[in-house]
Amino acid sequence: MRTIDVSQITATVAKLAVDANYYLSDDIRAALEAGQEREESPLGRAILGQLVENACIARDEQMPICQDTGMAVIFLEVGQDVHITGGSLVDAVNAGVAKGYTEGYLRKSVVGEPLFNRKNTGDNTPAVLHTTIVPGDKIKITLAPKGFGSENMSALKMFKPADGLPAVKKFVIDTIFNAGSNPCPPIVVGIGIGGTMEKAALMAKQALLRPIDKRSSHSEYANLEQELLDLINKTGIGPQGLGGRVTALAVNVEYYPTHIAGLPVAININCHATRHAEAEL
Amino acid sequence: MQEAIRIVTPLTEDKARQLKAGDFVLITGTIYTARDAAHKRMVEALAAGENLPVDFKDQIIYYVGPAPAKPGQPIGSAGPTTSGRMDAYTPRILEEGLRGMIGKGYRSPEVVEAMKKYGAVYFAATGGAAALIAKAIKKYEIVAYQDLGPEALARLTVENFPAIVVIDSQGNNFYNEGQQKYRNI
Repeated sequence: MRTIDVSQITATVAKLAVDANYYLSDDIRAALEAGQEREESPLGRAILGQLVENACIARDEQMPICQDTGMAVIFLEVGQDVHITGGSLVDAVNAGVAKGYTEGYLRKSVVGEPLFNRKNTGDNTPAVLHTTIVPGDKIKITLAPKGFGSENMSALKMFKPADGLPAVKKFVIDTIFNAGSNPCPPIVVGIGIGGTMEKAALMAKQALLRPIDKRSSHSEYANLEQELLDLINKTGIGPQGLGGRVTALAVNVEYYPTHIAGLPVAININCHATRHAEAEL
Repeated sequence: MQEAIRIVTPLTEDKARQLKAGDFVLITGTIYTARDAAHKRMVEALAAGENLPVDFKDQIIYYVGPAPAKPGQPIGSAGPTTSGRMDAYTPRILEEGLRGMIGKGYRSPEVVEAMKKYGAVYFAATGGAAALIAKAIKKYEIVAYQDLGPEALARLTVENFPAIVVIDSQGNNFYNEGQQKYRNI
């Protein structure tokens, strides 16, 4: 049994909140640069250039890539041989979010109650926390700030098994057309297929954490990822929705066993930055 | 890409009507910020017969909720937010003389009709390019609704703020034109 104090979790979450918001990951930067090469629209090329330049300014001047520094979505993989001491795990995570968002000059975008009194909580808490228990004696923390320009364009649908692959493809393309310029294309598309309603949605979010240059390990899903990417890039939406070939940088699909009667499909859209940062304790 | 058109505020109706969908512009001068909550308050104030906190005649509103400024900076990262959320309130503000809006994403048919009627322009700034855009913002002063935090009504001083005319005063829409050109699905 290994002991980890909650103060370590708080400090790590705070650092991840800042890192995820200041630094564009290498896979995304490479995809934006490759996009500039193949984009046919001059305006689209200029916009992709702006996004690369923006990432350099954010890194060099230590400021957020985007002003919408998101709601903090956090994935915790807790080893079953870890003993957490010093207080509540959930409180420690939220203390880390508050510290990171305050000390890192990140925008606080969370309201305490969604419908009747949308008052800002002032420190970007609470986080949306997903915890799984895994073998081992470590804790892996992944923080993915999610802006709502893209989150609002996401969708979920419960298909009949007979609807099959054609319906899934049509749902994806319809969702991308409906999103248009709103999620700040070029986008990254996370798709969850199977499981239950909430499992599909969670997989769609987790799909956004996978590096965009890494395809599914299942060959048919890997082919589906490529086919959907090609289809999305034929929509003409282009960078910022102003027309062009580079509408999406990648499509990542995750899947899970499901019920004989069901075919859940969830699509989580992310903006070009697709921010996330991880650490292991 | 075409040469940038330089705009100095205030943006008069004459100048606005010369801008065409697809034009790349650099804006210099004073612009205002207001998001959903500030718009809601302004429209409610007008309905109650009150004056607005600022005179929007020939002015430009930028839809942005900036990140907090670090010490010594005028503003933190400041990219555009989704304009469609303002659609319910925009025709009423256009009626007050608002000449330009900067944001990202589509607008409702009602907004486009009001833009044609009053001679206004809708610009898109690059969503996500928030650190780059912050470089063009030299000054940030809150004018009203301070309690709204990043959603407060503020006055910005900008130099060469980069934007693209996506809907012009005739209602031409560059999102449609641009996308149709590259669509093969």
